[in-house]
Amino acid sequence: MNQACPPPALPVQLFPLGDAAMVVQFGAGISPATHRAVQAFDAYLAAHPFVGLRECVPAFTTLTVYYDPWLVSAGGRHQPYETVAQTLREMLPAAGPPAAATAADSVEIPVCYGGEFGPDLAFVARHTGLSAAEVIARHTAPDYLVYMVGFAPGFPYLGGLDAGLATPRKARPRPLVPAGAVGIAGAQTGIYSLPTPGGWQLIGRTPLQLFNPAWAGPSRLHAGQTLRFVPVSAAEYARTQQHEP
Amino acid sequence: MSLSILRPGLLTTVQDLGRPGYQHIGMVVGGAMDAPALRVANLLVGNADGAAGLEITLQGPRLRFAAGHLFALTGARLSPTLDGQPVEMNRPVWAPAGAELAFGAPVAGGRAYLAVAGGLAVAPVLGSRATYLRAGLGGLHGRALRAGDELPVGAPSAVGQRLGQALAGSRWAQARWTVGPRLCPVPRPHPVVRAVRGPEYEQFSAGSQQAFWQQPFVVTAAADRMGYRLQGPDLARLTATELLSSAVTFGTVQVPADGQAIVLLADRQTTGGYPRLAQVITADFGALAQARPGQALRFQEVSLAEAQALYLAQERAIRALPGAIAFKALGGSK
Repeated sequence: MNQACPPPALPVQLFPLGDAAMVVQFGAGISPATHRAVQAFDAYLAAHPFVGLRECVPAFTTLTVYYDPWLVSAGGRHQPYETVAQTLREMLPAAGPPAAATAADSVEIPVCYGGEFGPDLAFVARHTGLSAAEVIARHTAPDYLVYMVGFAPGFPYLGGLDAGLATPRKARPRPLVPAGAVGIAGAQTGIYSLPTPGGWQLIGRTPLQLFNPAWAGPSRLHAGQTLRFVPVSAAEYARTQQHEP
Repeated sequence: MSLSILRPGLLTTVQDLGRPGYQHIGMVVGGAMDAPALRVANLLVGNADGAAGLEITLQGPRLRFAAGHLFALTGARLSPTLDGQPVEMNRPVWAPAGAELAFGAPVAGGRAYLAVAGGLAVAPVLGSRATYLRAGLGGLHGRALRAGDELPVGAPSAVGQRLGQALAGSRWAQARWTVGPRLCPVPRPHPVVRAVRGPEYEQFSAGSQQAFWQQPFVVTAAADRMGYRLQGPDLARLTATELLSSAVTFGTVQVPADGQAIVLLADRQTTGGYPRLAQVITADFGALAQARPGQALRFQEVSLAEAQALYLAQERAIRALPGAIAFKALGGSK
């Protein structure tokens, strides 16, 4: 893109999620540009909170802004929704164009693939017509983008999975998937942050904790980071795990 | 200063108003299911409205006050007794050291709240004392209470001390005044819950939209602090396009592909990918939280302006309470 040419304006929409939240929607599909627009507005609101702002939740194409109707309306003197909508409409142009992606905020996640760590690696290999080694090579090749963290504490939604690795979910979910399990579901890949029931095809496991409420920042991963999986041996897995709290 | 749990009851947990501020990293907000009930219980004993109390589910616990304590009960009517005598709801009650609080038949509603002057002083996690069972954090060791647990209690406020002094004696005593039914309604068995349209409302067929507002939905046995699976008319979406995950919140009515609605509650996940048909209004979260499995809900449509007017009216009423209660405390009124 020509440096002098401003990025195309995104069709931003505002709509309510009930009586105490407003959804700001940037575009309709998953794309790095839409993601950066969501991130830019999230960062702007964090730096310029309005009175009554409770918190913001970024997702693939939306930033949901939770607010306190009592505080934003100064105790009922204004219409809460209209007040917030007007505030956000004024802030949107000020938030400026989405910043370009940087490599500064990147994380490496060590993963021990296959065996007891990834009981579905052989299934994924059969389904995709690849060898287990090729599945690992293709899974560790990309720089993934953390589009959002949600569903469970510290659970990242990643973009960038090699399309050749897409594998449907298990017909019958496992009653308990351990924390750290790395899986594939359709065209997505992700990491279980807490032990939960789950239907993803498990190809490996990381010894790193993704979520710990005792940490000052309790989640290892945040929307906007880039992430790379690094294959490790069972011995390295055990060594790393020893250093985790 | 502590409470001794003699019998835990069905599901008794420490709750406050939850841990907002961490939803961007997927941390659920949690907290009391019937937040207005917990807030009023706290204010009745001179606490800040967000202090930690007990959420008591259907079958209540049996507990002993280790020292003299001022407490209040709100929410579900679960036949509470103190040393064997019935206790009134929605007012301050003085329990002398050694008094035992127990519960009997669940008469109305699903969740009662116990606030103790000074609040439950368990260690906060991420700024909240709320128990989040799935992650095993907050509350007492991240779990529901068990027999033998000891719950620490903090120091009462000046208002809490004065309210306590007005009632304190060798026998238990309760105030003659109470908070009225507008803020402390007796939970109805088949509540009408008001809601506004959800972000994906227009994606549902006209017949499904109509059925949603007109037909009853039964709370199934799959009902917990995360949400209720409802049994009702099949709700059909006009499009099969997959939605991208986006925020969901307390009271979000979402409809998976099987057409049976789910309403999300305190321990809901932060984001979801099912279409959001409707959103229950904040003023009716209490009525929703008090519904029991087997009971039927009806949804009534209101505009966003009405929903926010009702929000502000409820907030105004709760915010007027501390002044009124402080006045009672100054008057030494029983």
